[in-house]
Amino acid sequence: MKITEETIKHVAELSRLEFKEDEIGGFTAQMSDIIKMAEQLSAVDTTGVPETVQIVDRDTTFREDKPEHWQDRDTMLKNVPEKANGYIKVPVIINKDDND
Amino acid sequence: MDYLKETIDSLNEKLTKGEITPEQLRDETLAKIKEIDPKIKAFITVDDAAKVSSVSPKESKLAGIPIGIKDNIVTDGLKTTAASHILDNFVPVYDATVIEKLKKAGATIIGKLNMDEFAMGSSTETSYFAKTHNPWNLDKVPGGSSGGSAAAVAAGEVVAALGSDTGGSVRQPAAFNGIFGIKPTYGRVSRWGLIAFASSLDQIGVLSKRVKDSAEVLNVIAGYDEHDSTVSEKPVPDYTEALGKDVKGVRVAVPKEYFSDAVDQGVRDAVTKQIEVLKNAGAIINEVSLPYTKYVVPTYYIIASSEASSNLQRFDGIRYGYRSENAKNLLDVYLKSRSEGFGQEVKRRIMLGSFTLSAGSYDAFFRQATKVRTLIVRDFERVFEDNDVIVGPTTTTTAFGIGEEISDPLKMYNNDILTISANMAGVPAASVPAGLSDGMPVGMQIMAKRFDEASIFRVADFIERQNEFYKETPKGLED
Amino acid sequence: MNFKSTIGFEVHFELKTKSKIFSPSPVTYGAEPNSEANVIDWGYPGVLPTVNKEVYRLGLMVALATHSEISMRTHFDRKNYYYPDSPKAYQITQFFEPLARNGYVEIEVNGKKKRIGIHEMHIEEDAGKNTHGTNGFSYVDLNRQGVPLLEVVSEPDIETPEEGYAYLEKLRKIVQFTGASDVKMEEGSMRVDTNISIRPAGQKELGTKVEMKNLNSFEHVRLSLAYEQKRQEQVLLSGGRIQVSTRRFDEATGKTVLERVKEGAADYRYFPEPDIAPYHIQQKWVDEIKEQLPKSAEERFNQYTNEFGITEYDANVLLATKETSDFFDQTVAAGADPQMAANWLNTQVNGYLNDQRVELADVKLTPANLAEMIKLIKDGTISSKIAKKVFAETIANGTSPKEFVEKHGLVQLSDESVLGPMVKEIVDNNPQSVEDFKNGKDRAIGFLVGQIMKQTKGQANPVVVNKLLKAELQSR
Repeated sequence: MKITEETIKHVAELSRLEFKEDEIGGFTAQMSDIIKMAEQLSAVDTTGVPETVQIVDRDTTFREDKPEHWQDRDTMLKNVPEKANGYIKVPVIINKDDND
Repeated sequence: MDYLKETIDSLNEKLTKGEITPEQLRDETLAKIKEIDPKIKAFITVDDAAKVSSVSPKESKLAGIPIGIKDNIVTDGLKTTAASHILDNFVPVYDATVIEKLKKAGATIIGKLNMDEFAMGSSTETSYFAKTHNPWNLDKVPGGSSGGSAAAVAAGEVVAALGSDTGGSVRQPAAFNGIFGIKPTYGRVSRWGLIAFASSLDQIGVLSKRVKDSAEVLNVIAGYDEHDSTVSEKPVPDYTEALGKDVKGVRVAVPKEYFSDAVDQGVRDAVTKQIEVLKNAGAIINEVSLPYTKYVVPTYYIIASSEASSNLQRFDGIRYGYRSENAKNLLDVYLKSRSEGFGQEVKRRIMLGSFTLSAGSYDAFFRQATKVRTLIVRDFERVFEDNDVIVGPTTTTTAFGIGEEISDPLKMYNNDILTISANMAGVPAASVPAGLSDGMPVGMQIMAKRFDEASIFRVADFIERQNEFYKETPKGLED
Repeated sequence: MNFKSTIGFEVHFELKTKSKIFSPSPVTYGAEPNSEANVIDWGYPGVLPTVNKEVYRLGLMVALATHSEISMRTHFDRKNYYYPDSPKAYQITQFFEPLARNGYVEIEVNGKKKRIGIHEMHIEEDAGKNTHGTNGFSYVDLNRQGVPLLEVVSEPDIETPEEGYAYLEKLRKIVQFTGASDVKMEEGSMRVDTNISIRPAGQKELGTKVEMKNLNSFEHVRLSLAYEQKRQEQVLLSGGRIQVSTRRFDEATGKTVLERVKEGAADYRYFPEPDIAPYHIQQKWVDEIKEQLPKSAEERFNQYTNEFGITEYDANVLLATKETSDFFDQTVAAGADPQMAANWLNTQVNGYLNDQRVELADVKLTPANLAEMIKLIKDGTISSKIAKKVFAETIANGTSPKEFVEKHGLVQLSDESVLGPMVKEIVDNNPQSVEDFKNGKDRAIGFLVGQIMKQTKGQANPVVVNKLLKAELQSR
């Protein structure tokens, strides 16, 4: 699989990361090598092999519907970079983008 | 107080007899850290006002014992950074379950230990704050990602520390620093409060100079937790009961893939010597094969990075942590906070993970990796049908030099080849000192069946009693 | 050229639970911003989700009520996207293995019945709320973060806006009568996204989809679909191309307006949620839920009209909400005459609620009290005039009608041995009325009844008084 600068720019957008123009080239080459390493898996025959997404000895884990009040608002707002009147303040949201 | 000569038992005895108070123990520990840490740089945060509990040392072995905590485990009111710029001002408002349990057992939470940023790395060099130095040779890395935890224990700043292990992050630094480190079974210790790297692989572990000390700490932190839906409900045995035994009849598997040329001769020799010791003591040694070992590195980097790319999305500059001053609009808040807040290695993993999960790549990368993971799990199930433990080297080399590998991510990734499988299969695994190679410690890895930490403690404790490696002093601390 | 339309719906229902889906924070409305959200809701570093059993149970109820196939093995998944009201920047949902699939609801349009397939339904978490200021900032409140949602996705079986309207009405009714959700569009407990594509008759493959999100009412859904149908036809007829896009319904003009064109599908990077163990649903649990499933509106309608003989109109009024219908059922179960119970609920009770602007659950009237009052009317203990007084007291203060009637001596006077002499006396005192009666003036009786009522303070039984008066007058 050929990893182009375009691929890297697209993945950066998905990741909400930005790279300076002069970084992109080097980064693309590096990612290219890493993805090539990952591509080794295509050599493994996995026909009929189930997926393992976690290894747990639990299933059907439920909590009863009992409301609990853990933290108050002041506690939660402590780490907020910008706040106003009990709200988290952010630059105005103009439009949900396609990733909403 | 010289922790190099102390254990939890010996400290507990002094506390019980009143030879020292918990406050004095805390203060001596703080003094020791002030003295040694400028050389080692194991701590990100030292809690000078660490609260000393009123739990009686007669009731709890951990009462009054200062414990160091890897800085990706949240501590209520005590800054927790995951060694990242993006969290460098973050003060948690709740305790991780392991912290709650340690506090309940009377332990003193003395400070937060350095690590690779978000536990991504094998050298603690990706930390935003500082590079930690290996107490055996200050020019070498302590390993990672729990490098601060391992170095602090090896340097005698604390008797035990908590780390976390996603692909070897407890075992590899334990090996590099000549100490014991155990990653329990996935689901043995609650992950509530562990800042997630790869949720299906992360597990909190313990590092200590002596095997028994880890058993004591694991006794306290293991077990069911209502906050974690993936933690086991199985009762926790007393792990110290596995100690002091012989290894007669213990079936020991030795995978041939773990002794390839990719592993340094010195490392192989040291580990082979320990296997001889086991054999001579009556253990049954079986050479086995784990054929999928050659695929564990790509499998791991796909799964771990995919999960990480999602887990690290919450660091967006909105609710906590670093928000870039340069953000003019909402998209900027995301882009600039994250791009300025994360280091290179974290960005690489996020990018890899976003790619392997993205439309068009999911089947070939993420899904394929979860299938290969099944094959790796089956490798282990097969071997454990007729074996109690699997042993081999923990690492391919001893600790490498600071700055030596950081610029070559692929080389760094391949270093994890021996430790990753245990996380893939969810089995417990530990590293116990096996001797020195060119003056640097070598670790022997011991893996066991899921929830059979006891077998690991039994074998590790036996090895420890035979080679008495704990009597060695890290050379880097000598003036 | 003739065109065929294909309409689809994604409907979100807020499920009625006390705590959130993945955290024990209370589910509340109108609380101070960020006062009901904990570290899990905020996506704090290190937190993990735990699943609320009641959410799953309510989801299964709706699955059963829509004849869906329940998945015995499910797993939660992550849907990744960035937005300030989404603290983890992923939503925990069920993408690969949803709660249930292949259900249906039956609709009737112009007398024609039709089954509309339900593709799948799944449970997931709601996001917080953003308020947009005029000063260049937005404000985030995370109280709603983690409120449980059930998303129901239809099959592309709907062909007209009228069918779409009927589908929504039916789906709402079904969900409403399971009790799983409040289904109030105005409060956001039911949210409707729709999509429509058209294609020339005879063409197999579906046309390009246009989406409309968060419509305010079923009527708006119908109007926007009808408009969109026409608009798309015109575009195609004039040789144009439909764009994959999202449009907004403009209430003022009745038109749909382009919001944005989608370039390629959004990449949500779905993958299985590693923080939650898998689900193995036991048939035993499903059977238990099936047994607890409240009667559907349809079953109730049939019972009301066939068994109770209530008019279809009255039955439908009773079935406007599950609360009213439940109240009615309990009143009948407490021994009330069904038609009388229906009349009282649909007129006096509804009138009272409208006047006071309150809900049935807010008043002190109980089914037992209403049944007691209806029995008092039916057995002649109180007159309907007195009943109004009793009702006013009971609904306002929860007083038992029986006790109230006894305490205030409101029992209707029907005893002929008491009323007889009274009637005689009145007739004696009003010779003119006797004369009028003889001359065929019926209103003379009305006047005399009024006199008796005045004397008995309204308690005399008008039927008995009438009978006695007639007999007395005829005997003169």
